[in-house]
Amino acid sequence: MLTCKEFLQELTDYLDSTVDVELRRKLEAHINECPNCFVILDTTQKTIKVYKGMQEKEIPAEVQVRLMKAVERKCAAGKTAAGKPSA
Amino acid sequence: MPATTEAGVFDESGLLAKAREGDVAAFSELVNRYSRKIYRLAKHITQNDTDAEDVLQETFMKSFEHLGDFQGQSKFYTWIVRIAVNESLMKLRKRKSDRTVPLDEPLDTGEDTVVREIAVWDENPEQQYSREELAKILDDAVESLKPDFRTVFVLRDIEELSTEETAQALGISVPAVKSRLLRARLQLREKLTRFFRRKGDDVFAYL
Repeated sequence: MLTCKEFLQELTDYLDSTVDVELRRKLEAHINECPNCFVILDTTQKTIKVYKGMQEKEIPAEVQVRLMKAVERKCAAGKTAAGKPSA
Repeated sequence: MPATTEAGVFDESGLLAKAREGDVAAFSELVNRYSRKIYRLAKHITQNDTDAEDVLQETFMKSFEHLGDFQGQSKFYTWIVRIAVNESLMKLRKRKSDRTVPLDEPLDTGEDTVVREIAVWDENPEQQYSREELAKILDDAVESLKPDFRTVFVLRDIEELSTEETAQALGISVPAVKSRLLRARLQLREKLTRFFRRKGDDVFAYL
């Protein structure tokens, strides 16, 4: 059976589903026998899930306004400076 | 012809072609699509509002300047993420307070990956907190990571780039991404356990 250390080393690949069938079987055999690693796997999965579910924050309005002004200035200047039209 | 077409949301080649010719509306459309993501990324890496705004602007200014070099082999988003990451890391390096945590510090191999706290969590731990409380808990935990772990975590698990895209954006190897991601995830798990553990319970519940 894999040691806990070996299990942990493969944890990220396991969570990202990039391990081969054989290794997956070994990792699953380990968590069936090792409650600590089962909890680590479960709570790490929940950690990732909770971050993925995070709301996208709005940009502060004044930041967005300044950005769009900068974009307009840049585009206006770009017509002469950057000019590499793809026509 | 209208500046913005009715083409599918995912087809950006038309917008890109117009933006290359200096079309403000087309480039603005691209900026609007990704500005929130880029701002969030910059904020996570730099941990600073002013720096994040600078990064946001610089990213789109530079992308506009170099649109001619963008060949469309990668996604436009991946390309600007790479610019944003570089700009963010430059900000971090400039900031004196970060001198204590050099970004290019050699990483150990993960041999000493320590797990101190093992406790069962609630089934949906995030539901115990209001949206604001939860956002603060999650942000604080990410902020406490070292910049090189934080950056990898933000790109992989928040912005959902692939391992390869993350390696490319940071100019590091795939194994380095994996090793940093593992450490980051385990450290966050550890920090969040304090908030999310099932009350009055421990690992022996599983025995």
